[in-house]
Amino acid sequence: MAEKIKNKAVFFNPFSKDNPVVVQILGICSILAVTVKLEPAIVMGMSVIAVLAFSNVIISLLRNTIPTNIRIIVQLVVVAGLVIIVNQLLLAFAYDVAIQLSVFIGLIITNCILMGRLEAFAMANSPWPSFLDGVGNGIGYTIILVIVAFFRELLGSGTLFGMQVVPKSFYAAGYVDNGLMILPPMALIIVGCIIWIHRSINKDIQE
Amino acid sequence: MNKQSNTYTVIYIIVLVVVVGAALAFTSMSLRDRQIANANADKMKQILASVHVKCDAKDVKDKFNQHITAMLVVDTEGNVVKTGGPDDMEIFNIDVAAQAKLADSERELPVYVCTLADDRLEYIIPVSGNGLWGPIWGYVALDADGSTVYGTYFSHSGETPGLGAEITTEKFQKEFIGKEFFKNGRFLPVTVVKAGQRPTDGSDYVDGISGGTITSKGVGAMLDNCLRPYDAFLQSRQNK
Repeated sequence: MAEKIKNKAVFFNPFSKDNPVVVQILGICSILAVTVKLEPAIVMGMSVIAVLAFSNVIISLLRNTIPTNIRIIVQLVVVAGLVIIVNQLLLAFAYDVAIQLSVFIGLIITNCILMGRLEAFAMANSPWPSFLDGVGNGIGYTIILVIVAFFRELLGSGTLFGMQVVPKSFYAAGYVDNGLMILPPMALIIVGCIIWIHRSINKDIQE
Repeated sequence: MNKQSNTYTVIYIIVLVVVVGAALAFTSMSLRDRQIANANADKMKQILASVHVKCDAKDVKDKFNQHITAMLVVDTEGNVVKTGGPDDMEIFNIDVAAQAKLADSERELPVYVCTLADDRLEYIIPVSGNGLWGPIWGYVALDADGSTVYGTYFSHSGETPGLGAEITTEKFQKEFIGKEFFKNGRFLPVTVVKAGQRPTDGSDYVDGISGGTITSKGVGAMLDNCLRPYDAFLQSRQNK
């Protein structure tokens, strides 16, 4: 029973209380890059969930054999190998998705959430909790990604999923899309705002 | 066994690298055929996109064979050096990115001859160049007069979404329709300029993407570099 409750916490905590982006402050770099539009943000989120879950499981299986002084290298090799295999499979079976993802493949390897979770969780826990931790953190990351992308696409391009949502009459009345929104700094500012709101709601994580 | 000893560490990493390397090599080998088939189908799709023929993964091959009546290789003097059907893989596989780096006279210049529904003849010319972060490429379809743009298709491997990557949007590509590459019988490539500016040499122009200046300039440079060698070939079309 206690085990079940613990697994539940491992899975759900990253959604809010232990969110990789707004609490652990990991993966900020890719947030800047892929949140201009909603669609790539979601695709990126999905691929991070997959890679994070499986690399967590693999590292967790290997955790008792890995020599301490080269553990980071081992983690990196596993993540990089996994990402390349995923990309190869996509190229063979879902070519269009692979083309869309091309930019992000490299970003997944360098995503600090991966190294962070491998080092902090998978190295010390058994495969099943590690899998849940990977999926949970991936979803936590995706939530923030989607929120940021929503505001950046809406205010920066006036569209959502590429469809025009700001009515033409607004533009006729002098409304202009905020060009600053499509530049990386605005992603940081939005993430900052999310952290601000998140911490004022969750008083216990204020430092 | 001492897991912290040097021997264990070295053996561990060797085994790991061999296993991962083998796994990668195996995946790559076993999937290669499918990947090449996909890449070719995707290229056909891009070529057809420049003449506004929409297709999906299933019918792309049929539509390609139906519309592309011939593939040519021309030289800078306008002579046709090689002719092939729509299934001529040798012409189809010419690496335009590599050709674009050579001197004009050394290049193999492929042309895809396309016939549309109403017997409309189009010459589709592949182009390749550099954007901000990496390669950009595309296809330009010119009318039978060898000058007027019927349609374009551009793509990229890593331009910034929302900025440089906007060259893939229909909005940008449509701007080119109807522009001319020849003025008074002289080759004058369509230029891409900052919105509000005008080219000084009287060439046709389209507005670049705000925030995507380097990619926009890359498109302009690509059109110039890749279409200039076709000068003689296209001229000979006009005189027909």
